Amino acid sequence: MDHLDQRLLNEFQQDFPLESRPYAVLGERLGLDEDEVMDRLARLTRGGSVSRVGAVFRPHTVGGSTLAAMAVPDHRLEEVADLVNAFPEVNHNYQREHRLNLWFVVTAPSKARVAEVLAEISQSAGIEVLDLPLLEHFHIDLGFDLKWS
Amino acid sequence: MELSDRDHALVSALAEGLPLVSHPYRAVGAQLGMDEAEVIGRIQAMRDGGVIRRFGIIVRHHELGFKANAMSVWSIPDAVVSEVGRRLGDAPEVTLCYRRPPRLPDWPYNLFCMIHGRDRAAVEEIVAGLVRRFDLGAYPHAVLFSTRRFKQTGARYGRPIPRAAAAE
Repeated sequence: MDHLDQRLLNEFQQDFPLESRPYAVLGERLGLDEDEVMDRLARLTRGGSVSRVGAVFRPHTVGGSTLAAMAVPDHRLEEVADLVNAFPEVNHNYQREHRLNLWFVVTAPSKARVAEVLAEISQSAGIEVLDLPLLEHFHIDLGFDLKWS
Repeated sequence: MELSDRDHALVSALAEGLPLVSHPYRAVGAQLGMDEAEVIGRIQAMRDGGVIRRFGIIVRHHELGFKANAMSVWSIPDAVVSEVGRRLGDAPEVTLCYRRPPRLPDWPYNLFCMIHGRDRAAVEEIVAGLVRRFDLGAYPHAVLFSTRRFKQTGARYGRPIPRAAAAE
């Protein structure tokens, strides 16, 4: 990864150009042409550094979401994680160091669907699911400073 | 801001990310029966209206060398939790900061911060620094490092556009 990749990743996490040819606008700022910008983004996406060029939505404005936690016996962790992952509404799923060891985020077009997903997971796994919906958010999301230096 | 069916359809189409083509907004619109100006206008309005908090390149921390992430949680009295949350949310080393309900007896914590760092020691140092700086030592606290990532994708909030609306 060279210096231009690093700038590409760090400088365009917000206020992405809403213009007809946004990658050309990025290119002007970086001294690259449009194709080079798209090639770099394609390569960084393939390599996993870039998830996508897209939007982060404010929770609860375009549907429902929640954070859920389960206490899964160690020997069932993979099985239950697979069961959770199978729902397209689950977009993050992590094992964490705690008695409550499986943590996942559910997002759906409606709050009712979020509740349904939690109930289905709880029922299939036979394990209680804690529902920890967001009550207040405090962080202004400006992206993530990669602090390359 | 109230979202229309066409906004929801656009949200759904954007879940995969903007395509890497010369005119990406036009390409997204072509799937939805919208022209480029409508796509740009709707994204702009959702951004201005606060529905979209951020529009841009979404990176993956782990792949970029931020191998450690911890959910750092505190149990803070209701009277002061919002004020503490605002201060923590403004700290540059905090990636996300939310208040959520406690679930007794299993889970007493009501304030959640995500912290990313190059390794575990770096994250522990950040958390210790937050505790000192914001005087959090008296509150019950836990740090839940993630040990395995089973899934990480973009949120799927949107609804596919109804056919009739697409043809409008």
